[in-house]
Amino acid sequence: MKALKDMVRLEDVHVHFVLRRGLFQRGIVHAVNGVSLSIAAQEIVALVGESGSGKTTLGRVSLRLERPTVGRVWFDGREISHLSEGELREFRRRAQAVFQDPYSSINPYMTVAQIVEEPLIIHKIGSRSERLAHVEALLEALRLHPVREFMQKFPHQMSGGQRQRVALARALILNPDYLMADEPVSMIDASSRAEILQLMQEQQKERGMAVLYITHDIATARHYAHRIGVMYLGSLVELGPSRRIIDHPLHPYTQHLIEAVPEPDPANRHRQRQVVPGEPPSPIHLPKGCFFHPRCPKFMKGLCDAARPALKEIESGHAVACYLYHQESLKEAKTEQVAAQV
Amino acid sequence: MAFLEVQDLTLYYDTHRGPVRAVDRVSFSLEKGEALGIVGESGCGKSSIALALIRVLPKNVHTYTGSVRLDGRELLSLSDEEFRRQIRWRKISMAFQGAMNVLNPVLKVGYQIAEPLLQDGQIPKERAFARVREILQLVGLPPETAERFPHELSGGMKQRVVLATALVFNPSLVILDEPTSALDVSVQAQIMNLLKRLKSELGLTFIFITHDIALASDLCDRLGIAYAGQLVEEGPIEEILQRPTHPYTQGLLASMPLLHSDKPPSFIPGAPPGLIDPPKGCRFAPRCPYLFERCEQPPPLLETSRGSRALCWLLAERSSRSQPTPDQNPERESP
Ligand SMILES: Nc1ncnc2c1ncn2[C@@H]1O[C@H](COP(=O)(O)OP(=O)(O)OP(=O)(O)O)[C@@H](O)[C@H]1O
Ligand SMILES: Nc1ncnc2c1ncn2[C@@H]1O[C@H](COP(=O)(O)OP(=O)(O)O)[C@@H](O)[C@H]1O
Ligand code: SF4
Ligand code: SF4
Ligand SMILES: [Mg+2]
Ligand SMILES: [Mg+2]
Repeated sequence: MKALKDMVRLEDVHVHFVLRRGLFQRGIVHAVNGVSLSIAAQEIVALVGESGSGKTTLGRVSLRLERPTVGRVWFDGREISHLSEGELREFRRRAQAVFQDPYSSINPYMTVAQIVEEPLIIHKIGSRSERLAHVEALLEALRLHPVREFMQKFPHQMSGGQRQRVALARALILNPDYLMADEPVSMIDASSRAEILQLMQEQQKERGMAVLYITHDIATARHYAHRIGVMYLGSLVELGPSRRIIDHPLHPYTQHLIEAVPEPDPANRHRQRQVVPGEPPSPIHLPKGCFFHPRCPKFMKGLCDAARPALKEIESGHAVACYLYHQESLKEAKTEQVAAQV
Repeated sequence: MAFLEVQDLTLYYDTHRGPVRAVDRVSFSLEKGEALGIVGESGCGKSSIALALIRVLPKNVHTYTGSVRLDGRELLSLSDEEFRRQIRWRKISMAFQGAMNVLNPVLKVGYQIAEPLLQDGQIPKERAFARVREILQLVGLPPETAERFPHELSGGMKQRVVLATALVFNPSLVILDEPTSALDVSVQAQIMNLLKRLKSELGLTFIFITHDIALASDLCDRLGIAYAGQLVEEGPIEEILQRPTHPYTQGLLASMPLLHSDKPPSFIPGAPPGLIDPPKGCRFAPRCPYLFERCEQPPPLLETSRGSRALCWLLAERSSRSQPTPDQNPERESP
């Protein structure tokens, strides 16, 4: 994976929203707070974390649907953070998205054929018969059988899973190099989720796309992503190979997130789960130091509440933002504590 | 006789396109202090089973029949007035799906919990509010929460308020309809811990409705698998999770992505049928890998040797001749 070039690169991205509460009161929502992340060509990176942790906002920044307040966005070696809409035309073809609610991205009054063909028309690609042949082949690849019949259907005549496959087809028809999929299966029935995710993975392999897969379902990330990034309060607290993150999580927040995921096991009901108390604090008033410190069972006074720990690589490809793993900081803290006691 | 015995419970809704068979001859029983999980995909009739049990019915009821016995007493023959005065909230209560999002925004939380007690007129105001404080503590909220408005509370706190509302009359059976589906996993885990505590400390009997079979295993002693308006399999949780009988249960379990295993999840091709015109025979037939001739007839509910029951012809076949093998179904799109 390492040898491949970065398709998408986010560099110290911050996104703040100004929130107007009442006439004179103003608050700042710190949706994303200094995230750096690269997605290689042919790589699927999953972004997991709880609602409000900034996943969607970061995804939107990567598509330049949102401008970063601070920071830079690169696509295929070119900086795009400050390009105008006109200059983004090429990027708009090469970067596509699938969202949680297929209804939000497909027009209910258009047939499947029209929905999937439309991006080709917008980008003036092919003759009508070429376009339709292309649409047909793609629907075939996404197993919307029988294809001819499907092309004439309207969104309300399909199941949720089929609608989401149509949304995927619409995103793939332009042969993108980058796909951002934001909770693509969270509204789909459990028994059909794997179907969509498998198709997405299959297409990603075949086309060699870079994919950002946003989800709160960390178990799917294990199966469908090469790497997982864990977000908490707009920051990336851990990043590494999927299995590594799930089987050996390092950050206390990741550990508790994984412990909270239920697995089908009849023994579950006889034990209380280890939970971290409280809920994510508000992104309006960020905690000082490590954002997780007000809830962290491993909190170290004077260290964790002083400055934010950086995301540091601890072992090959596995990085964590926590002082427990920053040997230098730990040593310093101990010396200081000793000094204070003397 | 079990504490709760449900037999052939049926609820159809009237629509201009014909009756919607949301609950079709659903049967199960539950002992006091046990929790039954009802698991199924969206629109399969989970909430409708709950509404039929607590008799909160919409205007367009087409059919409402069967038998529900609670503590030996038949409930379906009670008049609406009797049911309202003696059963609903007092014996059977419910936390409705999405209730945390429809708490009254202009009423203090304490008042919303006390309201049914006050409406009753039997209990003086001070006693009602004392009960509110007590019940808030029971669900893990500080008693001062009574003075707050819903918008001042987090999602997890609101869900605890909804639970408090369901517990205010000390009911013996509590139905929870997707109580955590709007919450994040860490908050969900906190609520599940609370439910476990309430179950063991108060001896409450729960019906826990969810689309997440793994989540159900966090509380439930028994599981009922709902599909297209029917309970297709029901039994002790160990049996359902470790030795599922019905092909739908097997498919549903196999579609769960596992956190600590590399076994890739599979999927069930196709989608559930509409409930106005479901297949005449087995309702799972169009998606079933085992489909054989007999499946054109509605399958009977048969016992397995291990205390669970399933609605599938394979069980009848097992006792007789050779067993059908998977993927004979010509209708089924191959995975
Ligand atoms: N009042 C009504 N009139 C007509 N049809 C209804 C009514 N209420 C529910 N239905 C239909 O009955 C079926 C079962 O609905 P129900 O809400 O019980 O399902 P559910 O399993 O709880 O689904 P979900 O997971 O979405 O909550 C669905 O097809 C639904 O559209
Ligand atoms: N347009 C907006 N205006 C104000 N706040 C916003 C806006 N978009 C997102 N937010 C806030 O930013 C934070 C991160 O949101 P989001 O990226 O949607 O998180 P996630 O996708 O992880 O649930 C949340 O607190 C959210 O309410
Ligand atoms: S830096 Fe400190 S507070 Fe933050 S996660 Fe690590 S131990 Fe906990
Ligand atoms: S009755 Fe037949 S079609 Fe239905 S689940 Fe059993 S084997 Fe499959
Ligand atoms: Mg989101
Ligand atoms: Mg429901």
